[in-house]
Amino acid sequence: MATTSRSARTRGLTLSRGQGLRPDSNGSRRERLTALAFVAPALLGFVVFYLWPTLRGIYYSFTDFDVFNRPVWVGLQNYVEVFGDATFGNAMKVTVEYVLINIGTQTVLALLLAVLLHRLTRSVLVRSVIVLPYLISNVVVALVFYWMLDAQIGITNQFLGWLGLDAIPFFGDQNWAIPTIALVNTWRHLGYTALLLFAGMIMIPNDVYEAGRVDGASEWKMFWRITLPLLRPILALVLVITVIGSFQAFDTVAVTTGGGPGDATRVIQYYIFDLAFQRYRFGYASAVSVVLFLILAAVAFVQLRLMRADESDVA
Amino acid sequence: MATTATTYDQVVAVHGTGAGERRRVSVGRVLAWTVLGLIMLVTLFPFYWMLRTAFSNGAALSSEPSSLLPVEGTWGAFKRVLGLATTAEAQAQGGSGAALDIGRYLLNSVIVSVCITAGQVFFGAMAAFAFARLRWPGRNLVFFVFLTALMVPPIFTQLPNFLLVRDLGLLNTYAGIILPFFFMTPFAIFFLRQFFLSIPREVEEAARIDGAGAVRRFFRVILPMASGPLLTLTILQYIQAWGEYFWPLLVGSDEKVRVITVGLGIFRAQTPQGTPDWAGLMAGTLLAALPIVILFALFARKIVNSIGFSGIK
Repeated sequence: MATTSRSARTRGLTLSRGQGLRPDSNGSRRERLTALAFVAPALLGFVVFYLWPTLRGIYYSFTDFDVFNRPVWVGLQNYVEVFGDATFGNAMKVTVEYVLINIGTQTVLALLLAVLLHRLTRSVLVRSVIVLPYLISNVVVALVFYWMLDAQIGITNQFLGWLGLDAIPFFGDQNWAIPTIALVNTWRHLGYTALLLFAGMIMIPNDVYEAGRVDGASEWKMFWRITLPLLRPILALVLVITVIGSFQAFDTVAVTTGGGPGDATRVIQYYIFDLAFQRYRFGYASAVSVVLFLILAAVAFVQLRLMRADESDVA
Repeated sequence: MATTATTYDQVVAVHGTGAGERRRVSVGRVLAWTVLGLIMLVTLFPFYWMLRTAFSNGAALSSEPSSLLPVEGTWGAFKRVLGLATTAEAQAQGGSGAALDIGRYLLNSVIVSVCITAGQVFFGAMAAFAFARLRWPGRNLVFFVFLTALMVPPIFTQLPNFLLVRDLGLLNTYAGIILPFFFMTPFAIFFLRQFFLSIPREVEEAARIDGAGAVRRFFRVILPMASGPLLTLTILQYIQAWGEYFWPLLVGSDEKVRVITVGLGIFRAQTPQGTPDWAGLMAGTLLAALPIVILFALFARKIVNSIGFSGIK
């Protein structure tokens, strides 16, 4: 990427028909219009189905809206309530616990798996098998594991019985429920995450590894010195996507525990759902959503900053 | 300076696989294979268990909970969920006897998922092109704003969107289920932009010098070079659309547009005698998973092999 002086850039803009345009200029008028045309459909979808409902939601968060009556402005009352809300505090605690277990296991295992796919075997069969869990929906996965982990006749507890261990009520125990749901979702997303990381690894030129091997570097060393640094943009992408997704776990909880036992699996998303669709406290639910949104935005921003996702070392 | 989009096979032909030329049996290799084997086993077992349970007699499941083979093997559960069994037959095998039309739900899922995917991938690629390969003022700001949409908890936009769909008179229509996802998904744009960014400038520059406009560069240069990521994204978004649960439940619970996930959720709630109809439920989940698995089986080689492309050589 060469940088140009201001005069060169101006000259680039005065060239006729945008031809011979410098790649690093600010774009001709024609290029700007083209860009607008390319972004238009996504912009339409963004404005109508993301921006507008978001603004509406923010407005509702300052009201007592209950879906049936006209919303009445109540100022910061909802937000004051959020910070004194013990159920909200518990929901945040439970959610963070879920995210740490889910993302921790998922990322480490996916990296390991991607490396195995990249360096050990490139068998199509292996890669196809690995991706299978991602093909089926959260609802289906939740139902299958709900069955396999059933306290009485689930196969997992039969297996524990053979090993001479006591049966574990995976979904029915305060301490087991969240790790169980987190690991169920790790099972579902592991292959998909590994696939994305693997796609990034493929783009690393092979001669880098050749050179490493000639120098006598071990696989372990090559992972830390070559793979991980060059994978950074893709890893950043994967981490941001998965962390944000993980914070919004809902389907699995809805199908299996419904937030129980007690409040042990009432993750933040489920709490909001509860408030809005069971108790019709939509104004308050919106306020909780705003708080969640701010937390997610901060987390993503910090991650992208740390990983510098914009810069690729490969191209 | 020949840089072309390549499939994985071509990369291998040029570079080799990167796996050691001389397969030495070492402790590390054995350990690595063991780990891989274990991961594959844990991955596949639930699928087998789904199959085994679906072919079992639901009423007899609890008598032999650890049998590796179906208990009293029968098609009963499938008949039940496809609405082919009489109420008496269904209840004899632990079903609730409630009517269920999984065939219809599967068709609805196909219609909805195909429409959503087509829109998302095409419009997403267009936007990603503008963000990665065109220069315009405010580009990064708009991208960042799009990115924030990723952080907006779906549940936050879903009730206002529900009100919007209701006001448009689109409740319980395909359009109502499809529209919010159709034009844009931040993930598709983010994902494709990352790949588009890594395509070397020189490639596009050559086309530009030949007088190719943006539209032609998009279709002739960028899209072919990103065919791997595009196909991957298409499959991923299709699967995503297929598995969508909450939104269709909100706006499309009506029998005529009900999708498979919503159908299964309703089926799950019909709990006879306090315990779920496990065999029926697994038959239903199997039928829900099957179309996707078959689709994947057809494209698996192409998908897993076309991921990634070589950069500058």
